[in-house]
Amino acid sequence: MATVKDRAPGPADSGLNDDIGENKRLQLYRTQVTIREAEQRAFDLFLQNLVKGTSHLSLGQEAVAAGFAGAMIKGDLSFCTYRGHAHTLARGVPVEKVLGELMQRDNGLMRGKGGSMHLTSVEHGVMGSYAIIGAHLPIACGAAWRAQYKGAKDVSVCFFGDGTTNIGAFHEALNFAAVWKLPVIFVCENNLYMEYTPIADVTAVEHPAADRASAYGLERIVIDGNDADAVYRTAKTAYDKARAGNGPSLIECMTYRHSGHSRADPAKYRPEGELERWKQRDPIKIYRERLLQFGVAEKVIADIDASVRKVVDDATEACKAAPNPPLDIITTDVYADGGWAWRN
Amino acid sequence: MAELTYRDAVARGIAQEMARDPDVVFLGEDVAKAGGVFKSTVGLLEQFGPLRVRDTPISEQAIMGAAMGAAMTGLKPIAEIMFSDFFAVCFDYIANEFPKSRYMSNGQVKCPLVVRTGNGAGSRFGAQHSQSVENWCMMIPGLKVVAPSTPLDVIGLLAAAVRDPDPVIFLEHKSLYATKGEVPDGEIVDTLGTAKIVRPGKDCTIIALALMVSRALEAAEKLKAEHGVDCEVIDVRSLVPLDTQTILGSVAKTHRLFTVEENPRLCGWGAEIVSIVADEAFYDLDGPPVRITTPHIPLPAADILEDAVLPTPDRIVDTVRRSLGS
Ligand SMILES: Cc1ncc(C[n+]2csc(CCOP(=O)(O)OP(=O)(O)O)c2C)c(N)n1
Ligand SMILES: [Mg+2]
Repeated sequence: MATVKDRAPGPADSGLNDDIGENKRLQLYRTQVTIREAEQRAFDLFLQNLVKGTSHLSLGQEAVAAGFAGAMIKGDLSFCTYRGHAHTLARGVPVEKVLGELMQRDNGLMRGKGGSMHLTSVEHGVMGSYAIIGAHLPIACGAAWRAQYKGAKDVSVCFFGDGTTNIGAFHEALNFAAVWKLPVIFVCENNLYMEYTPIADVTAVEHPAADRASAYGLERIVIDGNDADAVYRTAKTAYDKARAGNGPSLIECMTYRHSGHSRADPAKYRPEGELERWKQRDPIKIYRERLLQFGVAEKVIADIDASVRKVVDDATEACKAAPNPPLDIITTDVYADGGWAWRN
Repeated sequence: MAELTYRDAVARGIAQEMARDPDVVFLGEDVAKAGGVFKSTVGLLEQFGPLRVRDTPISEQAIMGAAMGAAMTGLKPIAEIMFSDFFAVCFDYIANEFPKSRYMSNGQVKCPLVVRTGNGAGSRFGAQHSQSVENWCMMIPGLKVVAPSTPLDVIGLLAAAVRDPDPVIFLEHKSLYATKGEVPDGEIVDTLGTAKIVRPGKDCTIIALALMVSRALEAAEKLKAEHGVDCEVIDVRSLVPLDTQTILGSVAKTHRLFTVEENPRLCGWGAEIVSIVADEAFYDLDGPPVRITTPHIPLPAADILEDAVLPTPDRIVDTVRRSLGS
C-alpha cells in the first residue's frame, strides 16, 4: 500500500476507465452528498432547538465514511464513535431514522433511547457508536475474533479520531489484533483536533496513528482522507488483506472538520485561514470536479444532488411530525427478557 | 458423586459448557498453557484446543472488549480477569459497555458473556489484590452478579451464567479455591437469582455470600450449641437478580435480620437488603437489622491484621448475641 502524503488529488490520480469505475464513483458521490446534506440539516435543526442534547458532525470528513463504506460488502461490521452519523448513513441507514434519533423522536433509530452519540443499526452492520474514547477498538477486535473463529468472511472496521490514539485501549487493541491476526481495520480520522486542543500539542509523534503502527508490526499508512477515491482504494486493499486472513490494518486519514467539535462550538481555537484552506479541499467539491473530469454529465450530478436534498427534506418533515417516544419504553430492554427486573 | 475442590469445579464448569456449545470460548491472562494463576483452568487447553482457550496479553480492556465484540456477534465468551481488583482498569466495559448496549440500541445489541474473576480476601495479598468488589458491579443496571460459595454452586451457577443471555459477573472467592464439596456426576445447571436457605432456623436470619457463608454457618452452630439461638442462614448467591422472596420470607419467620459482608462498610450489598427489608417488611422486624462488615478501610496485608478486620464466626456470634440480648 502506498504511503500518500497529505495532498490535493488531481486527474493524474485516475483515468476514465480506471479501477473504480463510474458506478462506484456515483455511489461514493451520493454517499458523500447524503452525509453532507443530512449533517448540515442536523446543524440547522440544532440551531432551531429541534436537535436536543448534543451532536458531533462530520462535515468535511465525508470522504472517509463514503470511501470505506464503498469498499464494504454486506455483512461487514462498522464500529463508530459519537461522531458516527456519517458512518451510519454510509451503511444505508435511512436519513429519517438518523435525524429522528437526533431529534429524539419515536421514529429514531433507537426511539430516543440512545441519542446522537450511540447510533446503532445491527441490520445494516452498524454495531454501535461509542462515546467513551477508545472503548470500541477492543470491541471491534472481539467481533473480528468471532469471524476468525467461525471462519466467516466478514471484516470489522473501527473508526476513531486522532485524539483516540493516546488512550490505552487503542494500544491494547492494536497489539491484541496484531498478535491474534484479526480481520479488523482501524481507521483514524485525523482531523487535527481533539475537542478543542490540537493533537500536535499533546502527541509525541507527527502522525498520531501511523507513527505508532510499527510498534505493532503494522505498515505505516497515511492517506488523503478528503479524496474518496484514495480512501476507497486503501480501504479495499485493507479489506482484501483482512479477508485473506492476513490480519489487521491501521490507516490514518488526513481530514478536517468544517464545523466545531460538537453542538454549536464556534471553533475559535483554530488559526485564521486554516478552515478556508481546507475548504479549498472540500471532499465534495473535489469529487464533483473529479466526476466532471471523468465525463459525468452535469445533469447526472445535479440529479443526485436534488434527489438527496429531497430525501433529507422528506426525512426532516417526517421527523418534525413524529411523536415523542412513549414513556413505556423507559424500562424495556435493560435485560434480555425485555424488561428491567433485578429482583423477584 | 465425587469430592471436588472449588478450584477444580471452575474447570469442570467451563468444560461442561464448552463441551455442550461450540460457541463458548474462553480467554484471559495465563489461563491456557499455564492453567490459570489459581490453577482453576487446568486441562481446558488440552481438552478444547488453542482456538477456544486463549492466552491474552496483559490488556484487561482488550480482554473485556474482545469478549463483548464476540458476544455481540454470536459467541458466548467467558473472560477471566485474574483479580477482581483489576476491574478498576477495565471498568468502562463493566459500567458503560456491557450493561448499556442493549438498552441504548433499543434492544438491537445483545451481550451474552461471563466475566469470571478471583474476588475476596484471606490471601494476605494486601489492599489491591484482596477486595470484594461485588458491590461495584451490583450498582449497575444491566448486569447480573453471582458469587458461589461451594464447588457445586460453582458449576451450576457458572453453567447458568454461560447460558444466560445477559452479561454476568461471576465472582469466585480466592479463599475458597482449596475448599472441597460433594458434586454429583453428570450435567449440573442451576438458576440465577435464587438464594439458598443453607440452614433453617427460627430465631434470626443471617444472610451471607461466598466466603462469609461458611463463617455464618459456623457461627450459627455455635449460637445454637452454646446460646440456644436458632439461626436461619441464607446463601444469597446471586446479587442480581436478587431473590428477595426468600429473604423476605425468612424475615417474616424469624423477625430479625443480620447481613455478613466482606465489603467495606459503605454501600455494601447488605445495605440494599436492609433497605428492602425496612421498606417492605418493617413490621415483621422485632429489632433493628444489623450489618456485619469489614470496616471502611483498605485491606491490610499482614495475616494478623487481615484476620482482625474480616467478619469472623466469633464476631458474628457476639453481634447476634448482643443484638438479640441472649
Ligand atoms: C475516555 C474519554 N475521555 C474524554 C472524553 C471526552 N471527549 C469526547 S470527544 C473528545 C475528543 C476526541 O478527539 P478525537 O479522537 O480526535 O475525535 P474527534 O472528536 O476529533 O472526531 C473528548 C476528549 C470521552 N468521551 N471519553
Ligand atoms: Mg480529532
